[in-house]
Amino acid sequence: MSEQQTVGFTVNGERHTVSVPTRELLVHTLRERLHLTGTHIGCDSSHCGACTVDLNGRSVKSCTVLTVQAQNAEVLTVEGLAGPDGLHPLQEGFREEHGLQCGFCTPGMLVRAYRFLQENPDPDEDQIRTGMAGNLCRCTGYQNIVKAIRYAAEKQTAGSV
Amino acid sequence: MIPPSFAYRAPASLKEALALIDESGDDAKFLAGGHSLLPMMKFRVSEPAVLIDLGGVPELQGIREAGDRIHIGPMSTENEIIGSALLQQKCPLLPEVARWIADPQVRNRGTIGGDVAHGDPANDHPAVMLALEADFVLRSSQGERVVPANEFYFGTYFTAMEANEVLAEIRVPVLGPGTGYAYKKLKRKTGDFAIAAACVLLTLDRGICKRIAITLTNVGPTPLRASAAEQALTGKAIDDAAVENAAQLAMQICDPAEDLRGDKEYKTHMAGEMVRRAIRQALERAKEAK
Ligand SMILES: Cc1cc2nc3c(=O)[nH]c(=O)nc-3n(C[C@H](O)[C@H](O)[C@H](O)COP(=O)(O)OP(=O)(O)OC[C@H]3O[C@@H](n4cnc5c(N)ncnc54)[C@H](O)[C@@H]3O)c2cc1C
Ligand code: FES
Ligand code: FES
Repeated sequence: MSEQQTVGFTVNGERHTVSVPTRELLVHTLRERLHLTGTHIGCDSSHCGACTVDLNGRSVKSCTVLTVQAQNAEVLTVEGLAGPDGLHPLQEGFREEHGLQCGFCTPGMLVRAYRFLQENPDPDEDQIRTGMAGNLCRCTGYQNIVKAIRYAAEKQTAGSV
Repeated sequence: MIPPSFAYRAPASLKEALALIDESGDDAKFLAGGHSLLPMMKFRVSEPAVLIDLGGVPELQGIREAGDRIHIGPMSTENEIIGSALLQQKCPLLPEVARWIADPQVRNRGTIGGDVAHGDPANDHPAVMLALEADFVLRSSQGERVVPANEFYFGTYFTAMEANEVLAEIRVPVLGPGTGYAYKKLKRKTGDFAIAAACVLLTLDRGICKRIAITLTNVGPTPLRASAAEQALTGKAIDDAAVENAAQLAMQICDPAEDLRGDKEYKTHMAGEMVRRAIRQALERAKEAK
């Protein structure tokens, strides 16, 4: 007996209504029903951060959120970052500073860094490392991820004055 | 990994939540932040037939001052604990502890109530609640009772809370200006539970330890209160020898489970070291506050 429930929410500005088993995890709804496969599943156990999305303005690990808990929520995924003018400054930063190698962790890094820079627009290296502590990368050694986030912070703060 | 099937209910009030748990029977569980419960369900360690989501229950939110106590809504997330100006000013121990828990994303979901109610000896808040002599307000459709934190923990995942009760409020004292506090936690990496951790709260009277609480995380089936160590320091000036004596007494009550974080001997020694460091920092803070 699979319990079904209807859930309405907004993803990257677009309203969706889905009928899901109550036990469905948000990451699966995003990937398999809405075909937004940018959000990755790494550990599936709330450790690695590859599944990070923005839920009502807060970074969360979507492998540990039930879709039914997202009723009426505003969700942002990596697909929602780039604007009509092209890449988001964070995406540009990751490209310019070589902030990725295999790229598996990158969507989670970008979405977490997006929220982190809203909370702390001009962070130093220590603050970046603490703010990004919920995201693991097996390739880069983090150095260039930190640089990429600094790149975006500088570009965004320059743009806002 | 997908959790087993369950019926999902999202009550909009505490009354409704309590009525739902009564009618759902023993197989129902409350869902708070889900960051202990959902992983356990994925592993089939827990298979509730009904989940009652407390996320939409307004009575369980918020942090407010009530005389010499602070009343904390159990659905306050760890990040709300960290961001609370009231706690920062009146009970800074709690934001300090919350920063040691998990990582930014997990702290956006995990709640202080879930951390306290879960009964996992690895969780950080329970030992802190013992040291603070917090009170837990438990509510069911039958009424309300208040259980001191020091009488709440019976064993791993085994607490004084009945299946039809909700943890409705956590009451902690306002820490007086002369109170020194510390929480020292040894962990392998961000997001890891404690190998061992110690909480200390103390007040001094002209250099003499008037009152001290020493409690331990993850070195037994429940959080532990090191009463003998507390007694040994009460009424004394705390010098190096006294700190060492307290650490040795605290180590005597440790009975940690062996796991990837280490064997019993290592964890017990680390608990002793956390006690030393916590006493020293609490002492410094008590002196600074004078
Ligand atoms: C990667 C990771 C790292 C972590 N690291 C730490 C750490 O270092 N330290 C630490 O302390 N914790 C850690 N945690 C655990 C985390 O803090 C959990 O959020 C917390 O233990 C449970 O809170 P929750 O709100 O998520 O509760 P849930 O998972 O929703 O619930 C846990 C249990 O408590 C019950 N419950 C919850 N709220 C109530 C209530 N108000 N009344 C009655 N019953 C209730 C539920 O029914 C359930 O049985 C970690 C978790 C993860 C995923
Ligand atoms: S997949 Fe969610 S944290 Fe790793
Ligand atoms: S770039 Fe490969 S995991 Fe981060």
